[in-house]
Amino acid sequence: MNNDIIITVEELTACYGERLVLDSISFEVNRGEIFVILGGSGCGKSTLMKHMIGLYKPVAGDIRIDEVSVVASVGADRDALIRKFGVMYQSGALFGSMTLLENICLPLEEFTDLSEEARELIACMKLGLVGLAEFAHHMPSEISGGMKKRAAIARAMALDPEILFLDEPSAGLDPVTAADLDELIIQLSRSLGITFVIVTHELPSIYKVADRIIMLDAKTKKIIAEGKPEELKETTENEWVRDFFNRKGTSAGKGVENG
Amino acid sequence: MSPLQNRAHCEESVLDGALRFKISGHLDAQSVPELWSEVHHALKAKTMASVTVEGSAISYCDGAGIALLVYIRRTARDAGIVVDFHGLEADIADLLALFPEETLASVPVAKLPSWSDLVGRIGKSFSEGLVGIGEQIVFLGEVMAGLFRIIRHPSQLRFKDLMVIVEASGPRALPIVGMLGFLIGLIIAFQGAILMKQFGAEIYVADSSGLLMARELGPLITAIIVAGRTGSAFAAEIGTMKVNEELDAFSTMGLDPVRFLVIPRVIAASFMTPLLTVFAILFGLAGGAVVMLGMGYPLVTYVNRVIAALSPADYVGGLFKALIFGFLIAASGCLCGLRTGEGASAVGHSATRAVVSSIMLVVLADGLFAVLFFYLGI
Repeated sequence: MNNDIIITVEELTACYGERLVLDSISFEVNRGEIFVILGGSGCGKSTLMKHMIGLYKPVAGDIRIDEVSVVASVGADRDALIRKFGVMYQSGALFGSMTLLENICLPLEEFTDLSEEARELIACMKLGLVGLAEFAHHMPSEISGGMKKRAAIARAMALDPEILFLDEPSAGLDPVTAADLDELIIQLSRSLGITFVIVTHELPSIYKVADRIIMLDAKTKKIIAEGKPEELKETTENEWVRDFFNRKGTSAGKGVENG
Repeated sequence: MSPLQNRAHCEESVLDGALRFKISGHLDAQSVPELWSEVHHALKAKTMASVTVEGSAISYCDGAGIALLVYIRRTARDAGIVVDFHGLEADIADLLALFPEETLASVPVAKLPSWSDLVGRIGKSFSEGLVGIGEQIVFLGEVMAGLFRIIRHPSQLRFKDLMVIVEASGPRALPIVGMLGFLIGLIIAFQGAILMKQFGAEIYVADSSGLLMARELGPLITAIIVAGRTGSAFAAEIGTMKVNEELDAFSTMGLDPVRFLVIPRVIAASFMTPLLTVFAILFGLAGGAVVMLGMGYPLVTYVNRVIAALSPADYVGGLFKALIFGFLIAASGCLCGLRTGEGASAVGHSATRAVVSSIMLVVLADGLFAVLFFYLGI
C-alpha cells in the first residue's frame, strides 16, 4: 500500500443510459495535492466526480479511497469512507430550510457527541474560515451564489475530511470572487493538508491552484492529458489540449465534436 | 424608417429555365413569411436549370432572412443545383457562411409512430409500472423500518423539522377543511331531506348525515384536501431538493434522506389527518344542523339523534381510516419527490403524480376498509 496515494481510479467505465461517458479510465490522486479534472462541456467531468463520491455506480471498474472500494463497500465500511471526504456541489446544495449555522452543525450533530455549544463554536469557526462568520444566521436563500459556494465548502469541511471534492467552484462567479475562492483552496490545502479534487474549466483558476490535472476528452471518452498545467501547456502533442491552454477556438466543425 | 420602406420584396423571373430571385428590403421575422410562400411556390412550380439570388438591395437581414436564403439554397441543392448568390453585402454573406449546408444536414425528421412501436410502448410502460409498484413496496418497507427505529430511539427524530411540517400540514388546513366539511354536510343533509320528506322521515337526516360524515365523507374529503395541499407540497419540496443536489448532499454526508425527510413528514401527516377529520366531521354535522333547523326541528332533537345514531366504533373507525390515509398520502408524496427527474418541469410532474397516486391509493384503501369493516361488523 502506497501511503502517498489517496484515491485510485481503476479502469472506470461509465454510461448515461446507453451513452458511453467514460471509457476505462485510470488515474491516481496523491495525498495532499490539488488535483483538477478538466475537459470541455459535456465530457463527463461531473459524472466522473459523482462516481468518485459513490453517487453513481460504474458499469465497470473500481474507485478506492485509501484502498477501500467506494463501489463495493457497505455498512460501517461505507460510513467510515464517507467521513473521509466532503463534497461541494455545483449549486452549493445547502439545505434550504436551515440557516448556514444549522447546515454546518447538522453533520456534527449526527456524527459526533459534541455539546451544542461546542458544535456551534466549530460551525462558526468553519464559517469564519470561508469569511462568512457574520452570515451564520442567514438562510441560504438570503445570500449570494458565491457565498453559497463558500458556505458549502464550510459545510463540507465540518467533520475535517481528508479530501474535499469541489464541483465547479468558480463557475458563474465574478473574477474577484473566483480568485478569492482559489486563494481559500490554496490556503486550506497548505494549512490543513486537505487533498482537493476539483472539477472546473476556468483557466485562470487552474493555473493558480492545480498541482496536477487530468484532461478528459468528449470524443474518445478517455484521458488525453495528465500532468502539471505549465508542463502540459509546453509539451503536449494533442492539438485540443494546446488549444485549451491557449484559449484558442477550434474551427466550427471540430468545436462541435469536442464540445 | 417608414413602414413602406420596411417591407421586403421578392421578384422572381424565369428565363430559359434560369430562375432568378431579386430580393430587396428589410428581411426579418415579420416580412419573411410572405416571401417564403412566394419563394416556395416558385421553387416547386418551375423546373429550373440554375438559380440565382440577386440580393444587393437587402437592407437588413436577421435569422429569419438567412433561413430564407438557406431554404433557397437547400431546395436547389436537392434538385442538384448550386445557387448563385449575387451582390450580397459582406456582412450578410458572412452571416450566411455561418450556416454551411453540412452542419444543417442532420435536421431530425420526426418519426411517425408505427404499430410495432405501439406494442413496444405498451410493454415498456407496463414493465415500468411493475417496477414502480416494486419501488413503492420497497419504499413502504423502508418507511416502516424507519418508523420502528424512531419508536425505539425517539431522540433520532428531529422535532424542530417535525413541528414545522405539522404546522404547515395541520392547523393551516383548518379553514379549508372546515369550510368544505360544512358545505358537504349541508348538501348531503339537504339532498337527504328532500328524499326523506316524501316518507315524513326528515328526522332521519340526522342519522344519515351523521353516519356518512363520520364513517365515509369526513375521512375522505379530509384525505383529498391533505393530498392536494400536503402530499403535493411534500413531493415538490423533496423534488426541488433533488434538483438542487441537496439529496446528493445528504447521501454523501452519510445521512439517510428517509430518516431526515420522509419520517417527519409521514408522522406529521399521519397524525394531522385524523385531527383534521374530527374538524371536518364537526363542521359537517353543523351543516346538517343548519338544514334541520331550517325544517323547523330544534337543535336538541338533531343532536340527540346524531348521538343516538353514532356509536364510538363509527368515530374510531373513521379516524383510524384517516390515519392510514394520511400515512399513504405522505408516503406516496415523499416517494414521488425522491423519484423526481432533472429540471424544474420534473418537480411539477412529481407534484401532479403525488396527488393523483395518493388520491387513488386513498380511494382503494377506503374500499378495502369498507369490506373489512363489513366483515368485522363495525
